Amino acid sequence: MRKQLRLSGSGGQGVITAAIILAEAAVSEGKNAVQSQSYGPEARGGASKSEVIIDDEKIFHPHVKTPDFVLAMTQKAADKYFHDLKDDGVLILDDDLVPKSPDFKNIIRVPITKLAVEKLGRALFANIVALGVLVKVTKLVDFETIKKSVASRVPPHTVEQNMTALQLGFEAV
Amino acid sequence: MIERSYEKFFRKNRLPHLWCPGCGNGIVMKAIVQAIEKNPNFTQDNTVIVSGIGCSSRASGYMDFDTLHTAHGRAIPFATGVKLARPELNVIVITGDGDCTAIGGNHFIHGCRRNVDLTVILFNNNIYGMTGGQASPMTPLGKKATTAPYGSVDRPFDACKLAEAAGATYVARSTAFHVQHLVKTIEDGLNNRGFSFIEALVQCPTAYGRRNKMGDPAKMMAWMRDNAVMKNSWDKLPDEKKTGDKFPIGLFYQAQTESYDAAYQHVREIAGGVKQ
Amino acid sequence: MSARLMQGNEAIAEGALAAGVRFFGGYPITPSTEIAESLAKLLPKVGGTFVQMEDEIASMGVVLGASLAGKKVLTASSGPGISLKQELIGYASAAEIPAVIVNVQRVGPSTGQPTAPSQGDVMQARWGTHGDHSIIVLSPWSVREAFDIAVKSVNYAERFRVPVILLTDEIVGHLRENVELPAEVEIYPRRLPKISRAEGYEPYAPDEDLVPNVANFGEGFHIHVTGLIHDETGFPVGSPKITREAIKRMHEKISRAQDEIIEVHQEFMDDAQFAVVSFGGTARTAYEAVLNARKRGQKVGFVRLITIFPFAEKILRELSKNLRGLVVAELNFGQIVNEVERAVKNCPVKLCAKYDMTIFEPEEIEASIDELIAEVNAK
Repeated sequence: MRKQLRLSGSGGQGVITAAIILAEAAVSEGKNAVQSQSYGPEARGGASKSEVIIDDEKIFHPHVKTPDFVLAMTQKAADKYFHDLKDDGVLILDDDLVPKSPDFKNIIRVPITKLAVEKLGRALFANIVALGVLVKVTKLVDFETIKKSVASRVPPHTVEQNMTALQLGFEAV
Repeated sequence: MIERSYEKFFRKNRLPHLWCPGCGNGIVMKAIVQAIEKNPNFTQDNTVIVSGIGCSSRASGYMDFDTLHTAHGRAIPFATGVKLARPELNVIVITGDGDCTAIGGNHFIHGCRRNVDLTVILFNNNIYGMTGGQASPMTPLGKKATTAPYGSVDRPFDACKLAEAAGATYVARSTAFHVQHLVKTIEDGLNNRGFSFIEALVQCPTAYGRRNKMGDPAKMMAWMRDNAVMKNSWDKLPDEKKTGDKFPIGLFYQAQTESYDAAYQHVREIAGGVKQ
Repeated sequence: MSARLMQGNEAIAEGALAAGVRFFGGYPITPSTEIAESLAKLLPKVGGTFVQMEDEIASMGVVLGASLAGKKVLTASSGPGISLKQELIGYASAAEIPAVIVNVQRVGPSTGQPTAPSQGDVMQARWGTHGDHSIIVLSPWSVREAFDIAVKSVNYAERFRVPVILLTDEIVGHLRENVELPAEVEIYPRRLPKISRAEGYEPYAPDEDLVPNVANFGEGFHIHVTGLIHDETGFPVGSPKITREAIKRMHEKISRAQDEIIEVHQEFMDDAQFAVVSFGGTARTAYEAVLNARKRGQKVGFVRLITIFPFAEKILRELSKNLRGLVVAELNFGQIVNEVERAVKNCPVKLCAKYDMTIFEPEEIEASIDELIAEVNAK
C-alpha cells in the first residue's frame, strides 16, 4: 500500500531530517521509499517542506499529490499544506506553533516543540519528538526500527536525548 | 666557444620562436632553463611547464619538458591540478601581465593564498603584445596603448605587492637586463617550497616601446639598467628620491609556510586514507 | 550489500569513486553542492584529492591539470556555474582531456530559481562551449542509475578522451531513495602510449578507434598540450588541412562508436501507437503517465533517453515508423523536442513543456497524450 507523507515547517526545525530518517527506517524494513524536499534559500526561517512516499511497489513519480499524513510545525505550513490531504488523511499540528486549526476533520494536536523544550531543554529535539508522533500515528514502521534509524543519524553524544525525544512523541498520542 | 649546455632544454625543432626581434621574452625563457639546470631536483622528465595565453605563454612550446599551453588566464588552476595530482612533479608557470593580473587575476591571488608549490614567472611587458598593443593592468599611468591612445589613466597593479599581500611565500622582481640576477632569482624561487612569484620585466619594442617613444630594444634595456634599484638600496632611498621611473628589484618577501600539497597530506592522514 | 537510502548527488559521488575518480575540484552551488561535500569526505580516505577552488573556471582548470597528470577527474556544478565552465570544457574537447562534468540542472537563465528543478540546459550541454566540438551527455532517472551513469561517464571520458556531461536535474540530484550498489564496477583504464619516444611516439596520433593515447605528465614523454588546433605532435599548426582533419576526427571518434554509446530505455513499445519521450527526473513522471494512459486503454509506449548526446536519431526514426504520434515531455520551454522533430519524419511530435519551478504531475503529461490522440484522430 502506498503511503504519502508531507512534513512541513520552517527552515531549521529539522523536518527534512525527520523525513530522511523516516524514509531510512522504511528502507531498512525492506520497503521502497523516496524522499524529496523543497526549501527556500535561507538556512533558517524560510519555508521548508519534505515529502516521503513509502510503498511495497516501485515508486516513479516522486511528488506527493494527495498525502495520507501532513505534519505542520508552523501556522504558515499548516495553512499552506493541508488542502490536498486525502479525505481520510490525518493532519498533525504542533499545538503551540499552530494556534489556529485549519478546516479539516482529522486533526491531531501535539505540543511537539513544548515537549522538546520542557523535557529536553532544547527546541532542536522537536523534529525527533515529531517523528515519534508520526511513527505512532502512521504505523508505517516499527518503533524499534525508527530508534535504530535515529541513532545512526544523530551525533553519538545526543543519542540518549534523541531516544527520549522519540519516546516522548510516541507516548504523546 | 661558449658552452651552451642549457640548449638541451629547448625543442630545437620548434625554434626559431615567434617573438619579435629585440623582444625580452627569450631572455627570461633562457634564464628559466639556466635556473633549472642549476637545480638537480629539476629534470626534464619531472618538470612541467604550464602557461596561459599571450606572447610570454608561447614559451612553453619551445621548452623540452611536459608542457601545457592552457587558456587565457587559466595557467595557475591547471598547474594547481598537475601539482596536487602528482606532488612529486615540479611545476613552473609562465604567464604575462594581462594573463596573470587581468583575466587570471582571481586565480593569481588565490594561488598565492593557497600556497601550492608552484613557481610562477610573470613576463611583464606592460602591454598586450599578441593582440597588438592594448593596455594591460600593468601598463604604467600615462603610457600609450591602442586602447589608451591618450595615455593610460588606469592605475596599474604592483604584482609583487599583490602576491605578497595574497600570501605567496616567495616574491621577487628582476628584469631582462639583469640576467644573472634574474637567473638567481628564479633559482631561489624554484627552491622555495610553496607559491613563488617572480616578476620579470621585459621589453616589448613592437607594441609598447615604439608607441611610447622608448627607442630601440637596447635603449629599453638601458632604461631598465638606469631605473631598477636593488631592494637594499631602494629601502635606504629617501621617499623624495623614489621618483620618476625608478622601481625596486630583488627579493621582497619570503616565508616558511607549509605548502598546500603538503598540508593536504594531513587531511588524508586524518581521513584515514592511504598515502600517495 | 543491503538496500540503503541514498541521495542522487551522493550516488554520483559514490559512482565516481567506484569508477576510479581520485580528483575533484569544485565550487559550491545549489543544487549540486552535495557532490562536492561527499567527495570532500570520501576522496582523502582513498588517497585522492579534493580541492575547493576560487571559482567555477578554476574548478574546471584544476581538474583538467589533474587529468593530464594521470588522475581520473570529476567536477560538478549547476546553472551559472556550468556557464562559467564552458570555456574550459571546450579546452578539454580540443586538447582531448578526459573529464566528467556533472550538471545538476536548476531553473535559469541567470540565477533563475536556484533551488527549483529544470531541464533547461539540454542544448547548452551539447553546444555550450564555442566552436565545433565533441561531447557525450548522459542523464539518469533514478538514484541507482545516477551511480551507474557516473561510472559510465568516467569510463567514456577515459575511453574517448572527451569531456562527458552527466546531465542530471534537481529532481534526481536531491531525491533520496533506496538503492543497492554493486560491490564492483567495470573500469576503463587510462589510455597509455603504446610505443616509446624512440619509436616515434606522437601524443596526438590517433589509435585505431581515432582516439589518441596521450601520455600522462611526468612519464618522460615531454608532450605539449594546447587548446590551439594541433597536429599529431600536439603542436599548433596553421594549416587548413590539419584543422579540417582535427575537427573531423574529434567528431568521428564519437560518431563511430555512437551505436554503443546511445542508450534508450523503451517499454510498452510492442503495441504502442503513441509514445512519450522524456529523460532524467521527468521520465519518472512520464512513466506514471504512460501507465495511467495504458490503464485507460490508450496504446502508449515509454521512451527514455539515457544518452542525450550523441542523439538517438536512428532509434527514434525507426520507432516512429510504427507510431502515430509522439509526446516529448521536458521541464523547459522546448529543447530536446527540436532534436526529436529533426529525427522523426513520419508522425507528429507534440511538446509537453513546463518551466514554473514545479515538476510535472502525471495528469499534465496524460493531458498532452489525450490532446495528441485527439489531434491525430481528427486528421
